Amino acid sequence: MLVLALDTATPASTAALVEVTPDGLSGVTERRTVDPRAHGERLAPEIAAVLADAGRRPRDLVAIVAGLGPGPFTGLRVGLATAASMGQALGIPTYGVCSLDALGRAAGPGRVLIATDARRREVYFATYADGVRVAGPEVAKPADVAALLRGAVGDALPAGVLIPGEASVSGLVDRAAGEGALKYGDVFGVPVEEHLLYPPGAALVALAAPRIREGAPSEILTPLYLRRPDAVEPAARKPVLT
Amino acid sequence: MRDEPLVLGIETSCDETGVGIVRGHTLLADALASSVDQHARFGGVVPEVASRAHLEALVPTMQRALDEAGVTLADIDAIAVTSGPGLAGALLVGVAAAKGYALAAEKPIYGVNHLAAHVAVDTLEHGPLPEPAVAMLVSGGHSSLLLVDDITAGVTPLGATIDDAAGEAFDKVARLLGLGFPGGPIIDRAAREGDPASIVFPRGLTAAKDLAAHRFDFSFSGLKTAVARWVESRERAGEPVPVNDVSASFQEAVCDVLTAKAIDACLSTGVKTLVIGGGVAANSRLRALAGERAAKHGIVVRVPRPALCTDNGAMVAALGSHLVKAGVAPSRLDLPADSAMGLTTVSVPG
Ligand SMILES: [Zn+2]
Repeated sequence: MLVLALDTATPASTAALVEVTPDGLSGVTERRTVDPRAHGERLAPEIAAVLADAGRRPRDLVAIVAGLGPGPFTGLRVGLATAASMGQALGIPTYGVCSLDALGRAAGPGRVLIATDARRREVYFATYADGVRVAGPEVAKPADVAALLRGAVGDALPAGVLIPGEASVSGLVDRAAGEGALKYGDVFGVPVEEHLLYPPGAALVALAAPRIREGAPSEILTPLYLRRPDAVEPAARKPVLT
Repeated sequence: MRDEPLVLGIETSCDETGVGIVRGHTLLADALASSVDQHARFGGVVPEVASRAHLEALVPTMQRALDEAGVTLADIDAIAVTSGPGLAGALLVGVAAAKGYALAAEKPIYGVNHLAAHVAVDTLEHGPLPEPAVAMLVSGGHSSLLLVDDITAGVTPLGATIDDAAGEAFDKVARLLGLGFPGGPIIDRAAREGDPASIVFPRGLTAAKDLAAHRFDFSFSGLKTAVARWVESRERAGEPVPVNDVSASFQEAVCDVLTAKAIDACLSTGVKTLVIGGGVAANSRLRALAGERAAKHGIVVRVPRPALCTDNGAMVAALGSHLVKAGVAPSRLDLPADSAMGLTTVSVPG
């Protein structure tokens, strides 16, 4: 079963083709461009390219899996609009996966912090134990993530208590991955897996594989925004007469 | 008619999610979803709110258009999408979706200019457009005068607003009169009960010294401030504000300038056809005054019905159909969304 995976929740635009078999995954082709402003231009040519690489056509696809974020909104929507429109045109189901989960799954065994850049000096993050999400996804300042983690993993402090200044998460997680972890590596103070910065297509498909195999109903691809739109209601009008 | 191209158009440049389908120049479907209600309390379109709404609305709006036209995506010959100008994030949702449809259905894609589409839509209603024509596009996002030499290849900008768009002025004046959003239809209604000659508001860029540099340009910021001053001095004096008279006088000032400059553009270029588009083209006074003034000079005014004047998918499909018929090469899959797309680009070259 040929599945297309798309993710635009980070500076990477990723398109991958994965063959889902009854007991595993195979035949991965992946293309990726890293440019935070180019999702709109790069993603569609990458999809065409992975299909061409594999000698397949869009009508050969049986499902589409898309990373729902969290991630910067404008780029994130490119992936989801593309996935939804392709699914509609082909009459095949679309499935959503938290983009951080793909990184967490790919990170494998152990306790891992996944962090991606949320801009405004914040990160989107979640923690994983052996590839399964334990806490998050949330958005916070890097220095606050460590404090939040202490609560989440049941340290002596109650959940949610912030301890500014004591930022290292060493001991709570073994390591970190994701481009946000690399960017704020000095703040987190744990080893960063530099080969694992962007959600891999194969991991997205692995997370959706049970749904694909059982032919689960198509899902509406709703982004994990985590932030409200910046919009303020206008104040009372300013006088023009002085 | 079966030989005519079946073209689908997608529009997401502002707060309307539109999907239109045409066969040749016959409109088959025009489905629309609007996020206007979500912007009302902010007094104007909030880009992030609009972008979120587009993503939610696209698939269902597409389905309604296909059902209404009784066709499937496999039947479509080409997909056209607004690639600019407009709100960057909003445009990107439509462009990404259009690429998804084009890729999946293996159809050509045309990234088109929103303003040229506002002109092209008139051919769905009134047939082939005599060229050259002058077009006046007036909405909350744009106020332009254009010379249309060839709708598939060349549109020459004659003038544009140097500050607020005409529709924006309606919104701001409606807000200061406490009338709500969007302002256009509300002011139009209030103005019918008022006296347009009761208050003389300024006509921007019509003085001789301004005409030298800005003959076909508009300015509505000074008018908006003048209305605010007038209303405020009434309030300070403890006198009631005659909302209908203010609306009528403000509307008269806008329509006077718009039509005077549009007719002047026709006369100076020797053009006998004036097309008016954009949301403000639905204004009853603008239509009446343009008709009156044009008739004096033997100029024919063409205004599509209100549903086709505001942003919609049919206009994009209409322009796409012209491009297909003219044999224009489609755009490529790396087609960008261009929020500041200039008028010299009718469609993004492949
Ligand atoms: Zn418009």
